Amino acid sequence: MSTEVHRSTPPSSTAQPLKPRRSLLHKREHKVALAFIAIPLLGFLLFTLYPLLYSVYASFTAWNGLAAPKFNGIDNYIKMWNDPYFAKAMWNTFFMMIGIPIGLVLSMALALGLNRKMRGTTFFRTVYYVPVISSIAAIAIMWQWAYNGDFGLVNQVLDIFGIQGPNWLANKDTVKPALIIMATWKGLGYSMLLYLAALQSVPRYLYEAAALDGAGTWAQFRHITLPMVRPVTFFLVVTSIIGGSQIFIEINIMTPLGGPEFSSASIVWYIWRQAFNNLQMGYASSMSIVLGLIIFVITVIQFRLNRRNQFSID
Amino acid sequence: MTTSTSLPGSTPNAAPLLAPASGIPRGPDSRAPRGPNGKRGVSRSTSYSLGNLIVTIILSLGAIVMLGPLVWTFSTSLKTQDAIFALPPQWIPDPMVWENYLRVWSAGPLLSGIRNSLIVAGTVTVIGSVTSAVAAFAFAKLRMPFKNAIFLMLLAGLMIPFPTIMIPQFMVFAEIGWVDTLLPLIVPGLFGNIIMIFFLKQYLENVPDSIIEAAKLDGASYLQIFFRLIFPAIRPAMAAQFILWFMAVWNDYLAPIIYLNTPEKQTLQLVIASFNAQYASQTDYPLIMAASFIALLPVLIVFIIFQRQIIESVALTGGKG
Repeated sequence: MSTEVHRSTPPSSTAQPLKPRRSLLHKREHKVALAFIAIPLLGFLLFTLYPLLYSVYASFTAWNGLAAPKFNGIDNYIKMWNDPYFAKAMWNTFFMMIGIPIGLVLSMALALGLNRKMRGTTFFRTVYYVPVISSIAAIAIMWQWAYNGDFGLVNQVLDIFGIQGPNWLANKDTVKPALIIMATWKGLGYSMLLYLAALQSVPRYLYEAAALDGAGTWAQFRHITLPMVRPVTFFLVVTSIIGGSQIFIEINIMTPLGGPEFSSASIVWYIWRQAFNNLQMGYASSMSIVLGLIIFVITVIQFRLNRRNQFSID
Repeated sequence: MTTSTSLPGSTPNAAPLLAPASGIPRGPDSRAPRGPNGKRGVSRSTSYSLGNLIVTIILSLGAIVMLGPLVWTFSTSLKTQDAIFALPPQWIPDPMVWENYLRVWSAGPLLSGIRNSLIVAGTVTVIGSVTSAVAAFAFAKLRMPFKNAIFLMLLAGLMIPFPTIMIPQFMVFAEIGWVDTLLPLIVPGLFGNIIMIFFLKQYLENVPDSIIEAAKLDGASYLQIFFRLIFPAIRPAMAAQFILWFMAVWNDYLAPIIYLNTPEKQTLQLVIASFNAQYASQTDYPLIMAASFIALLPVLIVFIIFQRQIIESVALTGGKG
């Protein structure tokens, strides 16, 4: 399906007798097309491009949101470099991404299970997908209660196995793992679904041919399944990193003050706090530009790797 | 072509494209004899059903983990304030306090939260879908100079995270006095959604140009072509994208928390968050859980009704709710 997509529509009719009239029609079509795309284009210019450019400008200013921004060169970036809270927030944000590979392995295993010919797969698919569609605010509230040290669900379950659980969100060593577990739980169904779709599009004859050649289950998985779903893995890794670098809602709800010893503050949480609580709009802008650059670089890398990847399969 | 490599939608679809190339060296005979659900040897069927049993058990355990917190939430929402501290914990509350679901409406601006969320999500998705569909039609089927360049520019905008643009956006809306109204949440959405435009455009590539040319020769205007030919054709794709978008706006949190201060003006997600902050200190968890469960319910119902369309659309496009 996607191959044909970007071949731009070829000029179909070649031999047209009425040349001037056609070009007039073309002009009319151009105008209509412009009118049709004008609204999204305007929306992009007003609500994305202009704020982006302004953000870049504001990142070089001292700005409290009340008075006009005052240019101060790269002061904000120097401040950022020396700001231990920024470094901590960065560290926390990337630390929480170790949940991504864990989630991918789990969702791959789930997808393999659901790809079997057996009853109940539709039911399981739905169940695993429920957290994905659920509001993250509600999920965060639920899990905050579930992580309660004395009466939370998590520790109650651990108690069955004789484990004394910590007060998850109040302990600087467990708050990040707690958030990772929750994020993995919430995102599992999404990756599972994409893997499942990819698994189902792997042609059967590949496995049959491999079986004829004497390849076992593991060899088939290693040499057929994994390479065939690699584009999905790439897509999931990149979207998870982009999403993970913007983690905010869970933090804001579950640890409103950034957690014990700032141990769960994320980068977007810190930007938000600096901008809207401390009115450090200029400084917050510079951090938001750094965040945007990180995401840009990740996207470009994925572009490169993915393109190379397309040629390197088999 | 280059665009398609980077886009969410293209990735899951990329697998089948690669298939023939990697399969051919293996020899063409291997694919001939068996159908799509090629039968395996009879002797292995028993071990397969044993395998299925084990997999089912593992998947069931996983399902319990997935649903456990949700069931626990619902259970907590029906408890008395004392029962939540009961040891061992009660899964089935005794007594069941359905009054929590009455109490919750007067305990905070839950109703106005639902109303505000409906206004925002409804307006944005209904008008924004029309805007997006019209634009997708132009991008897919009409001739215009720089059309592809403009499309690529809009797509590139997807790379820009909301936190990077939220500060200037907030200042602009503050200047025109829209802070603490729903307008900053609604107005940008009315201009369409590039993700929806992308998928509808992709969908429209399958509609032959000839029917549009024919309609043009019959003297139909472009708007007529859109409403009579294009719109009916893309309706299923639009429906799926519409639902995903609606759920995304419904669940949004960062933009509302920036713009909305007055409790009565907040969207549902903010309302339950302030329920959480307010009632946790009084350990009124049943009330918090009741509010959260109410917030979950609409999307859950929509999902259960449209799960096939949603799951198919996500599996096909990678678009997320």
